[in-house]
Amino acid sequence: MPLLTVQNFNKTFAIHALEREVGAFADVNFTLHPGELLLVRGPNGVGKSTLLRCLYRTYLPSGGQAYYQSAAGMIDLANAADVDITQLRRSEIGNVSQFLRPRPRVSARELVMEPLLQAGVSSETACEQAEEWLGAFGVKAAIWSAYPTTFSGGEQQKVNLARALIAPRRLVLLDEPSASLDAGARAALRDRIITLKARGVAMIAVFHHAEDIAGLVDNVIELALP
Amino acid sequence: MDQPILTTTPPLLTARGLHKTYGPISAVNGVDLEVYPGETIGIVGESGSGKSTILRLLNLEEPPDAGDYALAIPAWAERNLFELNRYERRMLRVHHIGIVYQNPHMGLRMRATSGGNVAERLIMAGERSYATLRASARASLAVSEFPLDRVDDIPARLSGGMQQRVQLAKAIALRPALLLLDEPTTGLDVSVQALVIDTLLRLRREQPIATIIVSHDLGVIRTLADRVLVMRHGVVVERGLTDQILEDPQHPYTQQLVHAKL
Amino acid sequence: MKLTQLAHQRTDYSYAFLDAFAKRELRRRILKAIAIPGYQVPYASRELPIARGWGTGGLQVTLAAVSPADTVKVIDQGADDSVNAANLRRFIARMTGVNTTTDTLAASVIQSRHRIPEERLREGQLLVLQVPDPEPLRRVQSDTSQAREMHADADYAQMWLSLYEQLVRFGRFMQGASYPVIVHGRYLMSPSPIPRWDTPALHQSPHLTILSAGREKRLYAVPPYTDVRPIEFSDVFFQVEDQTGRVCVITGARNKFMDELPVADGTSLFRISDTGYVAKLTQHARSEIAAIGATYYDEAGQFYQPGVLKSVDDQKLPR
Repeated sequence: MPLLTVQNFNKTFAIHALEREVGAFADVNFTLHPGELLLVRGPNGVGKSTLLRCLYRTYLPSGGQAYYQSAAGMIDLANAADVDITQLRRSEIGNVSQFLRPRPRVSARELVMEPLLQAGVSSETACEQAEEWLGAFGVKAAIWSAYPTTFSGGEQQKVNLARALIAPRRLVLLDEPSASLDAGARAALRDRIITLKARGVAMIAVFHHAEDIAGLVDNVIELALP
Repeated sequence: MDQPILTTTPPLLTARGLHKTYGPISAVNGVDLEVYPGETIGIVGESGSGKSTILRLLNLEEPPDAGDYALAIPAWAERNLFELNRYERRMLRVHHIGIVYQNPHMGLRMRATSGGNVAERLIMAGERSYATLRASARASLAVSEFPLDRVDDIPARLSGGMQQRVQLAKAIALRPALLLLDEPTTGLDVSVQALVIDTLLRLRREQPIATIIVSHDLGVIRTLADRVLVMRHGVVVERGLTDQILEDPQHPYTQQLVHAKL
Repeated sequence: MKLTQLAHQRTDYSYAFLDAFAKRELRRRILKAIAIPGYQVPYASRELPIARGWGTGGLQVTLAAVSPADTVKVIDQGADDSVNAANLRRFIARMTGVNTTTDTLAASVIQSRHRIPEERLREGQLLVLQVPDPEPLRRVQSDTSQAREMHADADYAQMWLSLYEQLVRFGRFMQGASYPVIVHGRYLMSPSPIPRWDTPALHQSPHLTILSAGREKRLYAVPPYTDVRPIEFSDVFFQVEDQTGRVCVITGARNKFMDELPVADGTSLFRISDTGYVAKLTQHARSEIAAIGATYYDEAGQFYQPGVLKSVDDQKLPR
């Protein structure tokens, strides 16, 4: 039973100020099963991130369908009601963006704990797991209580990854997750991906360092410039 | 956009066909609005867009020229709240709606103590035990992350951020079904804004209340709102998920608004 | 039946000084006030040969209510012999032909400024209280039209807020006289500047009380057997003035409301404020016959109705 079936998926941006339309991607079709990792490839600017964002509904798809088999039933992500998307994002569909949005006065640990607290996990358990994830990515314990606003890009991305992957999801979208990471963190990410796959989590990824996921990719989509 | 199919609970707040004119000016011109339990809706727009008027209408401060308004609360569920008499309106506002105004002078008694301001809400709901008033006011102020050693200070002696915390404590004291925030951080120092937003986020996580936040500050909206309505000249020109509105706005006005601010 | 049999005998002057229209209006307003306990009824306050602030409100009620069969007592801060009380009493007697007395038990109408007599009033007696400011919300809401809306909505939360603030700032309720009360579970009322000592006497009383403010042009009433409860918290109680250790220098009695008389050396002497009651006690002490009525507070200071005044020992002032 496929987890996600994408058909005729396309996106065009209408920039009113310029009275122009800019096509991002067109005619994307694929299926994805639990535990599968789908790699999205293509030259820079071809629309890889845009495709992920359309699936997460950060961007509105211009056409096509994305049938997702949620825990509560089949739903077309492209046309689903906003409240349904909010619910899916809270519990089923995860998103790893390229950048962390740090908030003042919120520590790295707290940021990583939040998705678990949101899901009703106790504070002690959330704290334990958050620290485990931060440690796994090589974030030094000394800075777990510090505010990520002061971290380097790489450190922020480690926090970002931990926060995005810590709570259980059924589908995770990863947009250049390892772009700013050191080798150790990249290895840790690979380990985590292996674990997630084994748990049946499906993933769609754009990966700068494709070698990090060598042997883990089940399917590939090539996007080409028009 | 399809109807919700995964979200099976009905909306907490349903407002249809809201209209309000002030003389020749049409402040709100046919607005529909839904808020689901636990979610935060942002309303953005420039001055004169009608966003604050909507809050005043939903807070039953003024009658609309037209429209229906319902809250899915036991005992009030089937009523159009615009048709309540003055006693019912007061009861509803005391028990089920909390509001934080941009200007603390509108929401607080500046010369009564901070604890007293919160206690008044409980008194209006019928509480007559001094011990309970003290304890409940303290508890509510603690949730708003207000320093409890200042519970007997008057708002006139507090900073802007603290005054907003007192307003917030007062608004949530009776665990209302609906929380209305009218530019709650506008006018505060930037660092203080961040702290207040943090409190609101914590509150949202610990006590999810259906919330409508009005702001012209897109950063605040991005941090707090799940969905956004973009208003212009009394009309909703676009609505959608917060990140979608801010990153992939469809309507020309929204594109203009977003690209001008970010 | 002839008209002369039905009508009053023609007199040169209107009975009780006020003309018939004035009396009719006052009586109708009084009836309305009795019908809505605690509600301030506006009335067209007449000019009288005394200035505003000297009891014109109370005087109008008394003049509208008495008939020649009545016996009237007038007191001012408990005293029958003060100048004001004496003037009012003389005026009323001249205008109405009533008998006057200093004996609370013998009076059918008692007009009073700022006190209720110590001896309990009974059914059939009328107590008229003089009121300077009828509006109990004045201190929390100076705008009269807003105050009237608050009364209409029974929106009295601000009063309890002011009690809360007093406890926070001073550790006790600060209101002395004119302690606000809720009448018949509905209207907030100022009982006129009677001391707190006298406020419980209004609760479930057998007598009728009418309160009237001449300058403010409002009158209100507490019908017999009506609940009158001072505002308080369920865990911090209304208290009357503490008369512990005070002995009346004239009668030697205790646990009645005392006037304080400063002495040259800095100490104070005390004297029961109700002069009619003092007179009876001294007569009794001289073995003269004096019918002394049962009092609101007994020798030990216990109020005659149990449960109305709550003991301080039962309350805890929390942090």
